[in-house]
Order: sequence, then C-alpha cells, then structure tokens
Amino acid sequence: MRITVTVNGEQHTGDVEPRLLLVHFLRDELGLTGTHWGCDTSNCGVCTVWLDGTPVKSCTVLAVMADGHEVRTVEGLAHGAELDPVQQGFIACHGLQCGFCTPGMMMTARWLLDHNADPSEEDIREAISGQMCRCTGYENIVRSVRWAAEHGGGRGTADAGTEPAPGREEPVPGREEVRA
Amino acid sequence: MQVPAAFQYERATSLEQAIELLARYGPEARVVAGGHSLLPMMKLRLAQPEALIDINDLSELALIRVDGHDLAAGAMVRHADLLASPVVGEHFPILRDAERVIADPLVRNRGTVGGSLCQADPSEDLSAAFSALRATLVAQGPGGRRTIAIREFFLGPYETALNEAELLVEIRVPIRSHASAYRKVERRVGDWAVVAAGAVLEISGGVITEAGIGLTAVGAPRFVSEQAEDFLRGGRPDDEAFAEAGRIAAQECRPTADQRGPVDYKRHLAGELTTRALRAAAARAQGQEA
Ligand SMILES: Cc1cc2nc3c(=O)[nH]c(=O)nc-3n(C[C@H](O)[C@H](O)[C@H](O)COP(=O)(O)OP(=O)(O)OC[C@H]3O[C@@H](n4cnc5c(N)ncnc54)[C@H](O)[C@@H]3O)c2cc1C
Ligand code: FES
Ligand code: FES
Repeated sequence: MRITVTVNGEQHTGDVEPRLLLVHFLRDELGLTGTHWGCDTSNCGVCTVWLDGTPVKSCTVLAVMADGHEVRTVEGLAHGAELDPVQQGFIACHGLQCGFCTPGMMMTARWLLDHNADPSEEDIREAISGQMCRCTGYENIVRSVRWAAEHGGGRGTADAGTEPAPGREEPVPGREEVRA
Repeated sequence: MQVPAAFQYERATSLEQAIELLARYGPEARVVAGGHSLLPMMKLRLAQPEALIDINDLSELALIRVDGHDLAAGAMVRHADLLASPVVGEHFPILRDAERVIADPLVRNRGTVGGSLCQADPSEDLSAAFSALRATLVAQGPGGRRTIAIREFFLGPYETALNEAELLVEIRVPIRSHASAYRKVERRVGDWAVVAAGAVLEISGGVITEAGIGLTAVGAPRFVSEQAEDFLRGGRPDDEAFAEAGRIAAQECRPTADQRGPVDYKRHLAGELTTRALRAAAARAQGQEA
C-alpha cells in the first residue's frame, strides 16, 4: 500500500505492507532510529511518538493507520540547533542514563509540559507511568522534567490550556490496596 | 520481533461503508479501533484476521454527548476522552474511577471504549463498570440499528452478542440520581485487574431503590453479582448491608487461579472491593468525596 505520512513536518511517501508497524516504518523505512523499540508487547513505552499531537506507543499502531496523519518523533524535538528545554533538562539532571527509554520519555514530557506548564512530581510520574526505565530508576527523569518546567520548557508549544491537564494531583481514588 | 500475519487493510470513511466492507470480506474480517487489544493478539498470532477495516476516520463515533436523559458515548471515544469528560465526571464517577486505572496514559490515548467492550476480555474494567450502570449498547449492521442491554451483550470470554458485519456504535447510560464508585487491585500501575469492583446505588428516602454491582477478572456471570444487587435492593445503605453484599458477591463469582493469584485471594478481594466500592458510593451520595 502506498502511504504518505508527515513526520516532523516533512512528507514521506512509501510502499508498505499493511502489517508493518509504525515503529518499524520510522526506523527501517525512514531511518529515524531515535524512536526505540523494546518489549513488543505494548508495555514498555520506549517506542512512544506523537500521532496527531498525542503520544502513543508506535509498536501498537500500523504504519497504514498513520497514512495522511502527522507523526512527531524525538528527531523533531529540537528547534534547529537549539535543544528543547526537555532535552536540556535530561542533560542537566542526568535523566539520560543508558538512553534507551530516553526518546519516549522526552516525547511524553514535552506533551505533558505543553498541557501542564507546572507539573508536580506526581503529575510527571503519572504521565510516564506507561514507560519503563531499566536503568537506575525514575528519579533523574522526574528531575529532568521539573528542570525543563523551571527553565522555560513549560511555556507550552502546543495549544496549552485548551485541553485538560493529563496529570492531576489528587491521589488515584480507584486504586486500592488490600491484604488478605 | 513480533509481526502479524499478512492481511488486507481497508479504511472506512463512513459507518455504512464499514458495514459494507465487513459484509464483503466475511467472517474473517475484523474492525480495528484503537488496535490496542487486536494488534497485540495479531502479533502473537492469537488472532489472524484476513482483513482489517479501520474505523478511526468515523469521527461521528468519537463523540460524548448528552442526548435527552442519556449520556451517549460513541464507540470510538478514546479512554483518555472519557476520563477527561466533565459530563462523565459529574454524573458517572464510576467511569472516571475506572478510566484512571485502565492501562496507562499512552494506551488510554489510543484505546477506545467500544473496543474495550467488544473485546469482551474477562478482565476488562469498562465491561464491569458499564454493566453495573446497566448501560444500553447500540449496534448497527446490514439490517439496521438495534439496542442490546449490556447484560445480554457478553456471551462468554471474547464473545459478544454482535452479529457478523455488525458494529457497536454507541453506549448509552441514563443520567439519573445515583452514586457510584470503582475500586481495583492490580499488581502494578497500568496492569490488568487482579480483581476490581464497581458499585452503583440509587437511594430514596434512606432506602436503596436500585443497586448495580460490577465485578471483573473473577468470573462473575456477565460481569455482575445479581445476588448482591437483589440483597441490597429495598434495604438501608449502611456498613452492615455493604459487608453482607460483599460476602454474597464473593460467593457468586467464580475466580480461577493464575499468575495474578490463587482462588481464595481473588474471592477475598471480590468481597472486600465490593464492600469498599459500596461504601465509597454511599459516601459520595452524602456529598463526601471518597
Ligand atoms: C499495555 C496494556 C494494558 C492494558 N490494561 C488494561 C486494563 O488495565 N484494563 C482494561 O480494561 N483494559 C486494559 N487494556 C486494554 C485496552 O484498554 C484495550 O486494548 C482497548 O480499550 C481496546 O480498545 P481498542 O480500541 O484498542 O480495540 P481494538 O484492539 O481495536 O479492538 C478490540 C476488539 O474489538 C473489536 N471492535 C473494536 N471496536 C469495535 C466496534 N465499534 N464494533 C465492533 N467491534 C469492535 C475488534 O474487532 C477487536 O476484535 C490494556 C491494553 C494494553 C496494551
Ligand atoms: S516497544 Fe512499544 S511499548 Fe514496548
Ligand atoms: S535510561 Fe536506560 S532504560 Fe531508561
């Protein structure tokens, strides 16, 4: 099938099999290897990209489903030579540990800050809860996102304020602990 | 690397066309909504449809609206939209509670309400929540539209009352004075339920006039405990009644042992979570946020 996908503002056309997953289209067909690919089971979130402005796991989207749509990957995060505040935060706070989960984490962080300029630690943890980091943990990642918020990264590059914030500060009421 | 088996792909531009395509490709065709249940199954070759009919362009199915006295949610409403909807939050706290603990924000951005119900996974959270609410499902096929009471929709694991070439288009719940809550235990954030329970209470003059008890992941018949509902109806909404309703629900369900836990533990959870959901709903009825 012939598909045309706008990736980071540029149109790409290619012939793909319907069963090709978006993550492999980005990596193998377009050579955009910043988007990583890990668990294959929709659990780890390292393959996170934006589809029409919303972060999704690209190992669970068919490339043909993105035909005519817009994708943004980590390669589209910097503004020319200037790194996005989220990228700067990951450098400043050592949020980038081995780097494997980093691209997905940064895509979610950018989206969070676009919708919630001043996220609490809990908001950040909730936002990245579908993403796994196998390195020393999430502390530095959370700090990196806070750093970005405090250094102009929370200004909101998208239509901030028009949508409800993805993270909320209240405890999650539906989640219970029960011991037998 | 997990790769689905080959299939044909068609993108529907209208509901009528989606139904036509389903009818044309026959029993081996499937619609794909968010794909977050179907694609993982196809990657594992647990499902091998010959054709996928993509319904993501059917924006008319992506609306949440108030229609007369009903809340009407289109089948293509994403989990994230149901969670963010102020109407849903105001009238159906049970749905908001449930959505907050379904998967993770990324999966919720893509997975749909209709896909969740049509998947009919025995651990689906929305199946229990909408069953407790006694929702009505609107289906459309080559023969036109019909409505199905949700308690007649689930025929068994992964099996629904939808006919061939029939689509779920809308989920409707009457907006009425009631209190509700949903409580879940999972192994880790974003995981399927070990057990979860939802409670819906209509109270008038200090008496329970109607109750809905939804249960997931414990083999409750059609995701509900009718015996607990029967027990509650006509009684007082107090702790004693809620504890007894929990005991009845625990007895009525049929959990199986798996990596999420042994039968006894799940039964214990079913009772405890039913009681807690009822207490939380009752607290909300008195204006206390629970
Ligand atoms: C990592 C992960 C964690 C998850 N955790 C949870 C959880 O905790 N709780 C929970 O409840 N769910 C959970 N889910 C499931 C997720 O919520 C469902 O995948 C999703 O809601 C299903 O919707 P979908 O739109 O992706 O459906 P799809 O995968 O597109 O479709 C599922 C099935 O329904 C059929 N279908 C879809 N729409 C229609 C329609 N309108 N008419 C007729 N048939 C239709 C399809 O043909 C297919 O058979 C999880 C999923 C993942 C990947
Ligand atoms: S590779 Fe996509 S979620 Fe793990
Ligand atoms: S930085 Fe290594 S997996 Fe997260």
